[in-house]
Amino acid sequence: MARPFQAWLDARMPRGEEAVLTHRCVYILPTRQGLFFALVLVLLLIGSINYAIGLGFAFTFLLAGLGLVSMLHAYRNLAGLVLRPGKAEAVFAGQSALLRLRAESAVPRFALAAQVEGGQETVADIPAGGGELLLPFPAARRGVLRPGKLRLATGFPLGLFRAWSWAAPDLSCLVYPAPEEGNVPLPPGAGESAGGSRPRRVQDDFGGLREYRPGDSPRHVAWKAAARGERLLTKEFAGEAGRLLWLDWHDLAALDAEARLSRLTRWVLDADGAGLAYGLRLPGQEFGPAQGDAHRRACLAALALFGLEEGA
Amino acid sequence: MRPGRAPWSADEFLLLALGLAVAPHLFHLRPWVVPLVAVAGLWRWAVLRRRATAPGRLLLMAATVAVTVGVLLSHGTLFGRDAGVSLLTLLTGLKLLEARGRRDVLLLVFLGYFLVMTQFLFAQSVFLALFLVLAVLALTAALVGAHHPGGERCLAVHLRLAGKMLLQSLPLMVVLFVLFPRLPGPLWHMPADARSGMTGLSDEMSPGSISRLSQSDEVAFRVEFDGPRPKASALYWRGPVLWFFDGRRWKAGFGPRSDTLRYAALGPRTRYFVTLEPSNKPWLFALDLPAQAPPRARISSDFQVLAAAPVLSRLRYAMSSYLDYRTEALTALERRWGLGLPTGANPRAVALGRAWRQESGDPEAVVRRALRYFRDENFVYTLSPPLLPGPNPVDDFLFGSRRGFCEHYAGSFVVLMRAAGIPARVVTGYQGGEFNAFGGYLTVRQSDAHAWAEVWLEGRGWVRVDPTAAVSPSRVESGIAAALPAPDPIPGLLRRDSPWLQNLRLGWDFLNGGWNLWVLSYNQERQLQLLAGLGFGIVSWRELGLGLVAAVSALLGGFALFMLRPRRGGREDAPLRSYRRFCRKLARVGLERGEAEGPRDFAVRVAAQRPDLAVAAGEITALYIAARYGAGTEGGLRELRRRVAAFRP
Repeated sequence: MARPFQAWLDARMPRGEEAVLTHRCVYILPTRQGLFFALVLVLLLIGSINYAIGLGFAFTFLLAGLGLVSMLHAYRNLAGLVLRPGKAEAVFAGQSALLRLRAESAVPRFALAAQVEGGQETVADIPAGGGELLLPFPAARRGVLRPGKLRLATGFPLGLFRAWSWAAPDLSCLVYPAPEEGNVPLPPGAGESAGGSRPRRVQDDFGGLREYRPGDSPRHVAWKAAARGERLLTKEFAGEAGRLLWLDWHDLAALDAEARLSRLTRWVLDADGAGLAYGLRLPGQEFGPAQGDAHRRACLAALALFGLEEGA
Repeated sequence: MRPGRAPWSADEFLLLALGLAVAPHLFHLRPWVVPLVAVAGLWRWAVLRRRATAPGRLLLMAATVAVTVGVLLSHGTLFGRDAGVSLLTLLTGLKLLEARGRRDVLLLVFLGYFLVMTQFLFAQSVFLALFLVLAVLALTAALVGAHHPGGERCLAVHLRLAGKMLLQSLPLMVVLFVLFPRLPGPLWHMPADARSGMTGLSDEMSPGSISRLSQSDEVAFRVEFDGPRPKASALYWRGPVLWFFDGRRWKAGFGPRSDTLRYAALGPRTRYFVTLEPSNKPWLFALDLPAQAPPRARISSDFQVLAAAPVLSRLRYAMSSYLDYRTEALTALERRWGLGLPTGANPRAVALGRAWRQESGDPEAVVRRALRYFRDENFVYTLSPPLLPGPNPVDDFLFGSRRGFCEHYAGSFVVLMRAAGIPARVVTGYQGGEFNAFGGYLTVRQSDAHAWAEVWLEGRGWVRVDPTAAVSPSRVESGIAAALPAPDPIPGLLRRDSPWLQNLRLGWDFLNGGWNLWVLSYNQERQLQLLAGLGFGIVSWRELGLGLVAAVSALLGGFALFMLRPRRGGREDAPLRSYRRFCRKLARVGLERGEAEGPRDFAVRVAAQRPDLAVAAGEITALYIAARYGAGTEGGLRELRRRVAAFRP
């Protein structure tokens, strides 16, 4: 019994790049509070009849009308909303992804509670013209996170009725492998140069301190300063910016695939944090060697999608 | 959403809304109730402003017990209208002090709606209704705020939305009000105090009772004539008939029930409708003499129209009267009642009456003699007659003060007649009334209360004699305000003021009359009348219910269509709107834009076919493309609108 009904509901669900909450897919029911309000109305009506209060009738009926009108307003607060998936910032596995949903509307909408199945609920207003809903969702595994259905609900304005709708916009978020924790030093740099003819000298000249960034090698943390209670700082070494290193899948034969990806992720972060030029080698893929944000993102994305269908 | 500065937090605003809902009780409840609630409200406000701490649970419990005992002590009960409403109001105040969280806010808003309702148990004036509209608006806005997390600074938005929703519920209210099947009467016994404070004539008259009533400008009843209006001097609205006199006080006796009215009509029947304000008394007022009793009422043998039960709610009834009549022979009981005088009281008056009878054997001559006496001796008609505390007030009035109001004249006249052996009785009621040209009806107020006499004359039956008219003819011709001497303090509405003030007053009375008739006393009877008047004939409950559902659905459907109409996104599509207008203008001169024709191509085609329009069309197209697809500026959009408006193909 429940299954065909669910299938029927799902069939009505708007999905894709532009999910429009049409009248067909917005549902509405009175809340418990709405039933309480109805009870209040009945009491007011009985009072009016018993005491023959003409204005009492008028007042009771005004409130009854208000309740009915609030139903339309609750419905309108959802109906006609256009949902477009936004670009979510990639996260690491184990973190909470913040899915972005662009909600477009000509009229302002209030107190919309949005919840991806399995995620947390967010309540937000959408100003006229449209706005963005940020939906936290746990990112358990690397790859492309594609959450299921999304429920949008609202009790606004009077809480007497609750309108809700299911939609399945193409929400997605790239999830990088979780970087391995613990002491995993970067592999020693190979002798290859970064495209230059002169092999680079490994320079160990202390260059200065900068703010700690997640992914910085613990070896470079200025522990003495940290022990003095100062902020966490990272030592920079002149010349490191030019050092070149290969992070190679094949060098980690001792680990299983996910552990290798996790280690490589950590290394990419460490190498990037240390300002090194690095290359990433995966079976059938090679990135770099290069430096910078774009390179890091490309490497992490490759690690995220490695071996998955979407990586092809 | 336009968050503005919020001088009020949501909680403070709820406090204000509840204050509005409670405030009018200041006039209805014991004087300590509303101030106590105000103290609770102020305490709550101080808590919200972090200037005080909320009372502890123990203190609140003690306060709950204390206010309950207080109500019990001052009312003797916890039930009934006054005690019940006092308790509800006080407990709402205490609830305020322990409110925290959304659930409590909702409870307080619903309590606020209840408090608004309790106001109508005490008064239902237009002003009160308008005032309470504010309270309902504020309560509704508070309810909206409670469902808008993070909307603390959107008070104006909430108020606007609440106002919009209330406006939209108005038509629903009207439909429900008119069509909702009305049940007659109370479902169960009403508390005794639900109907206190009604003024009106009673079954007793003593010196000063009617002049006191005359200070009140409350409406007694309104009359619509079906046909020409009788002249003012014929407008004697008959009420309690007083037979028994104890020397000071007159008391009513109900004549035996008579199934056939014992009088002969001498003229045409006058038909009219009376809308009687609740009086808590059984009298239904009718012109002398009533022709037939309305439903659930009877006419006594002394022509009082008596309802089966005291009139507790506004009552509208059809009446008809014969203004010219001759009653039949006196019964033995009537003769005995009509001649009764307390022995020993008012000896000088009794002696005077007897002397007149000896002077002339003709009762009519005695009546004329008495009227002449009132007219020729130095009698004064006044609203503030001296108190006559002695044992013989009629003597004191006739031979001493000679200043009196209608009850003095009518009472002493009847004493004189009875002394002269002429059966007589006092009739109280109302005389005259104010014609309202706006509504085409007559308003009779408590200030029109009057007392006159009836004497029984052989061959003529009971004849109305108004001794007040002998002293002050204008009282009967043009009303009490004209009749009172200048230095007399004339109570409020009685004053005859400047024409525009009078018009204002009549307009107000018309509004009030309509309010009373169509809002306050709209009942099953009026509902059926109205529907019949609208051409629906006799409707059953079933039809009424179906009509109600249909009308409500139609209204809601209309609102839904309006609210869910497709809307274009605000600014973004403004250029497109302008461009469409431009295309429509061109289509009218035969230049239709093809389905797949881009704006640029279209502009080229326009230029080719109508070189005179080439420049304007090119400019508009360029502005449109810039505004819609480029980095459109507000100025560019304005220019586009201006050009399109000025475009004349």
